[in-house]
Amino acid sequence: MEWKRKDLLSLYDLTAEEIVFLLDTAEEFKKVSERKVKKVPALRGKTVVNFFVEPSTRTRVSFELAEQRLSADIVNMQAAVSSLRKGETLLDTVRNIEALQVDLVVMRHSAPGAQAFIAKHLSCGVVNAGDGAHSHPTQALLDIFTIREKKGCVKGLNVAIVGDILHSRVARSNIWGLLKLGANVTLAGPATLVPREFEEIGVRVCHNLREAIADADVVNLLRIQHERQAAGFFPSTGEYAKFFGINRETLKWMKPDALIMHPGPINRDVELTSEVADGPNSVILEQVTNGLAVRMAVLFLVAGCVKK
Amino acid sequence: MKEYIFKNARVIDPLRNIDTRGDIGVADGRIAEPAALKNPQIIDLDGKTLTPGFIDLHVHLRQPGNNMAETIASGTAAAAAGGFTSVVAMPNTNPPADTAGAIEFLRQTAAQKGVVHVLPCGCMTKGYAGEEMAGIGSLKAAGVVALSDDGRCIQDHALMRHVVEYAKSFGLPILDHCEDKALAAGGVMHEGKWSVLLGMNGISGAAEELMVARNIILARNIGWKIHMQHVSVKESVELLRNARAKGIPVTGEATPHHLTLTDECIKKYDTNYKMNPPLRSEEDRLALIAGVADGTITAIATDHAPHTSTAKLVEFDDAPFGIIGLETALPLTYTELVAKGVVTLPELVAKFTAGPAEILGFENYSLAPGRVADLTIFDPDAHYVIDKKKFKSNSRNTPFDGWNVQCRVVMTVVGGRIVYDAR
Repeated sequence: MEWKRKDLLSLYDLTAEEIVFLLDTAEEFKKVSERKVKKVPALRGKTVVNFFVEPSTRTRVSFELAEQRLSADIVNMQAAVSSLRKGETLLDTVRNIEALQVDLVVMRHSAPGAQAFIAKHLSCGVVNAGDGAHSHPTQALLDIFTIREKKGCVKGLNVAIVGDILHSRVARSNIWGLLKLGANVTLAGPATLVPREFEEIGVRVCHNLREAIADADVVNLLRIQHERQAAGFFPSTGEYAKFFGINRETLKWMKPDALIMHPGPINRDVELTSEVADGPNSVILEQVTNGLAVRMAVLFLVAGCVKK
Repeated sequence: MKEYIFKNARVIDPLRNIDTRGDIGVADGRIAEPAALKNPQIIDLDGKTLTPGFIDLHVHLRQPGNNMAETIASGTAAAAAGGFTSVVAMPNTNPPADTAGAIEFLRQTAAQKGVVHVLPCGCMTKGYAGEEMAGIGSLKAAGVVALSDDGRCIQDHALMRHVVEYAKSFGLPILDHCEDKALAAGGVMHEGKWSVLLGMNGISGAAEELMVARNIILARNIGWKIHMQHVSVKESVELLRNARAKGIPVTGEATPHHLTLTDECIKKYDTNYKMNPPLRSEEDRLALIAGVADGTITAIATDHAPHTSTAKLVEFDDAPFGIIGLETALPLTYTELVAKGVVTLPELVAKFTAGPAEILGFENYSLAPGRVADLTIFDPDAHYVIDKKKFKSNSRNTPFDGWNVQCRVVMTVVGGRIVYDAR
């Protein structure tokens, strides 16, 4: 197929064919990072701005490395030093960036839809590196890439996503990607963090960990943030760990070959114990490695559609 | 003053149950028998519809405080273009209309610059902060027709009780924005399937339902009128229906946008779909329409909320709530309700005339001879495309630009003067 999008905003927008094409392209790029010289000239002469209006370490580093390995020129901007602080609107800020003949803007923002909003007004490409609780397409792509790599396929697999679904862009992106590729998705956690409205799009909602993971081929654990405790969503991280954490005992409820995934950063002894995080079922660090390949594929394909 | 005879109109006068072809005379700013006029200008309406002037219970004129978005001059011009002859000006201006002086400013400016009648509404609490009662007696003396903390809702039930009791002694109806603050905190859209899918903070329907229930209890216990502004959820309609059946003095209004749009519209992140209360589910929308049809909801009000394009051209989370509505209310509701056979034209007209007049306690709001000549004239057969560039409002924040609608306002008459004429 031919890639036709100048923006990557959410997996909701993509067809199954487009997702598979992205994953296939990522496979090729994964080989680059395994070479002695980890660099290709695919984006030589292109300029990418990494614009992070919400703090990020791992996603930003992953995007930066992906851009460097594609030989792009890079500028990093963070909200703390941007004009947003001086009262300039987001749209004015990105229009100024675009006026510098930039090819791609990789943006993270706390407001759902912020990237879709600016993409409508820009001719350069926009890659969503996370918009509030809405979408984080490259994270979901790297998760699905890892699943496909380990399990050989995605169709028909049972994937349980456990944790704070309500506030999670990772969950919202994974759900669409997995559904489009034919996986069965279960969402699990306390009812305060797992809205039942998700049932309307064909996923299972479950408030009992054992039930959720018993037939799972993949268990993706989401980070539990301490501030949700203060906001009254659950009583304590200790109680969360007791009922929804994966540990030596609850690991036995799962299929022996089930994958343990986590988008990071992990809270050891909350979502999972160290034994599980560092154990044989865990593919958490491979996810990080694959993230680089997936982001190289996304940047490469999207950049090819930016008209200059 | 000029005399007129509006000839060959379909005259609809809901209060007097009139729907007939006829002529209406105007002399000295008042409605008169055509035969009694000496030197009238004849205006042949050729079958167009003539009704008592429309009243909008819910308008934000933004002056003072945000003249860029709207002024009394531009807002009342928009009202005239929408067929409204009276607008109730919400008091959440900057500074708010919580003192007699603020009401005096509004009245003077309206007298100089206003195109239609501006009916002042005063705050229930100082600074509409929900903490201390405003000088309600002084507001009444200064000329307010009602009280509201619109945009906010008094959370303290004891304070609300006192405000309602006190307002009763001055004969002022309460117009309440029903919203439990804690349940709505941080919300930018309706809590439901679409907020969950879009990852946005939701405003639950329960936030409105709780306060509607609170107000029904207070209205019953105190025996005084509480009007629920911009009712948006199914459960509020049900509560209102039951309360009204029991004779409790509560009323409700619906906005044209809650009758025509749902939360699904937000999936494109267009901030012109962001308002409070938010666009609700299709089930809520249909319940609201049913409430309008069966008389549970007796007024259509716009919640005309102007914002500059700059203010709206931001991330959805950061955009202010509200859309303009004065210039689209009649065609939208005609197209949605009358053209689809949900209500008759006289029933729709009542929601803009006798209904709101009754909520404000206006007696005999009709086309009876001797009444102030406030008239709305429109052509129900005219189809057109809404073009926001033609609006009289200073603002353009509407989601209805480009909509195909039916029923166009032809002429608006205020106190016997033609203030809008699109013939």
